[in-house]
Amino acid sequence: MGLMRLITFPMERDYSLTGPERQNAFDKGLAGAEWYRTPVDRKVLKSLMKRTDWPATRDMAIWVAVLVGSGAGGILLWGSWWALPFFFVYGVFYASAADSRWHECGHGTAFKTRWKNDAVYELASFLIMRNSVVWRWSHARHHTDTIIVGRDPEIAGMRPPQLIVLCLNLFGIVAVPQGLVALARNAAGILPPDEADLIPETERGKAIRVGRIHIAIYVLVALISIWSWSLLPLMIIGLPRAYGIWLLLVMGLPQHLGLAEDVLDYRINSRTVLMNRILRFIYWNMNYHIEHHMYPMVPYHALPKLHEVVKHDLPAPNPSLWNAWSEIIPCVRRQLRDPRHFIRPQLPEGAGVWEPVRSNQTA
Amino acid sequence: MPWIDACALVDIEEEDLVRLDHEGRTYAVYRISGEEVYCTDGLCTHEKVHLADGLVVDHTIECPKHNGQFDVRTGNAIRSPACEALKTYPARVVDGRVHVEIP
Repeated sequence: MGLMRLITFPMERDYSLTGPERQNAFDKGLAGAEWYRTPVDRKVLKSLMKRTDWPATRDMAIWVAVLVGSGAGGILLWGSWWALPFFFVYGVFYASAADSRWHECGHGTAFKTRWKNDAVYELASFLIMRNSVVWRWSHARHHTDTIIVGRDPEIAGMRPPQLIVLCLNLFGIVAVPQGLVALARNAAGILPPDEADLIPETERGKAIRVGRIHIAIYVLVALISIWSWSLLPLMIIGLPRAYGIWLLLVMGLPQHLGLAEDVLDYRINSRTVLMNRILRFIYWNMNYHIEHHMYPMVPYHALPKLHEVVKHDLPAPNPSLWNAWSEIIPCVRRQLRDPRHFIRPQLPEGAGVWEPVRSNQTA
Repeated sequence: MPWIDACALVDIEEEDLVRLDHEGRTYAVYRISGEEVYCTDGLCTHEKVHLADGLVVDHTIECPKHNGQFDVRTGNAIRSPACEALKTYPARVVDGRVHVEIP
C-alpha cells in the first residue's frame, strides 16, 4: 500500500465501494437507476439479440490457432531473437484478446450454447488473472451503475487519472501483482470488503474455490520454471498477462476515459470508436461501447448492426483510435490540474432527451 | 386469486413475452409456442430490471441487463447473477385470450 501511494495522485473522491461515495450514490438516486436507451423496435432488437454458435466458434478457432502457432514458434525459437515476434503475437492474443472473450462469454452472449460460454469464460478469466466469480459480479455492477462513483468497481479512469499506474499497467507491472495477490487472498478464504459488497453469500464459496485453482496452476508453472531453470514455461502461462496486455489498454481505456461520472446516460459516459477488422477481431467489437451498454444482450457479432440502428441518437463515433486518444490525452492532462474537467459529447440534433428516473434504492 | 384477461394470444409472438401491469405490480406473460403460456413476476430478482425487454430462448427468460436466467415454467434461477427464483402464476388460453391468475 505504501508503494501505491508513491505512484498515485491524491483524488478528491473516494472510488472504493465502501467509502462515503457509496452512500452519496444512493442518496442521489444513482444506484440501480433507470438509464436512457435509444428506443429500438422489439422485432429488430429480438433479431439482433438472437443467439448463434457459429461466429464465436469460428473466432475461437482462429484465436486458438494463432495462440498455438505463435506459442509453438516462440518455443521452437527460444533462445534466439527470432522468438520475439512470435511472443509479441502470442502475448497480445493471450492477454488482450482474452479480455474480450472473458467479457462476451461473461455476458453469456458469444455462444448460443451455455456451456461453451461458461467454458471460455473460465479459461479467459484464468488467462487474465481474474477470479471468474468475483469478476462476474463486478461486471454486473459495472453495467448496473456504470461510472457511478462509489458503486462501479471498474472505473479505470479516475480523476485525476492515475497516469503512472496506467502507464505501468501497459505491461501489467501493477495489475499483475495486484491480480495475483487478489487471487491468493481469495485462495486463503478471504474476500475483502469491496468484493464482499459485490458477491452474495451463496457465491462466496465458489469464489474461494476458483482462487485456489488459479493459484495452484500458477504455483505449478512457477515450480516447473524453477525446476527447469528456464523462463519459458512462464512465458507461455502467466507472463503473457504482463507483456501482452498493452493493446487491451490502448483499445479499452477509451471506453469511458475522460467522460462524465454520475450520469444516467451511456451516451455521455461511454465512447464508441471505429476500428479496423483486425482490432475488432481481437476486441470482439467492444469498440461499439455505447451500443453495448445500452443493449448488453446483443452479441458482439451483431454490434455493428446495432450501431447502424441507433447511431442517429448517439454522439458521432470517434473515427479511429488515434482520434479517440487525441481527444483523451489533452483532457486527462487538464484533469491533473482540474479533476472536475471532463469531455461532454455532442448529441446529434433531435437526439432523445433523458429525464433521469432516479432510483429509490437504499444502501 | 382471480383470473385476469392479460391479452390476446396473438399479441405475444412465439418465444416472446409481454409486460403486464396490474394493481401496482408488474408481471411477465410468456408464449413459448402455440398455446403454451406462462406467467411470472415481471422484475428480475437480481436488480429489479423489467424482464419484458429480455430474450426468451426455449423455456428460459434472459434478463436484458445482466443475463440472469430463469426457467419460466418453475421460476427457478438458472444463471447468475440471478440467484433467487421468480414467483410464477398459473396461465392459460381461453378462446384466444391469455388469462393469468395473479393477486
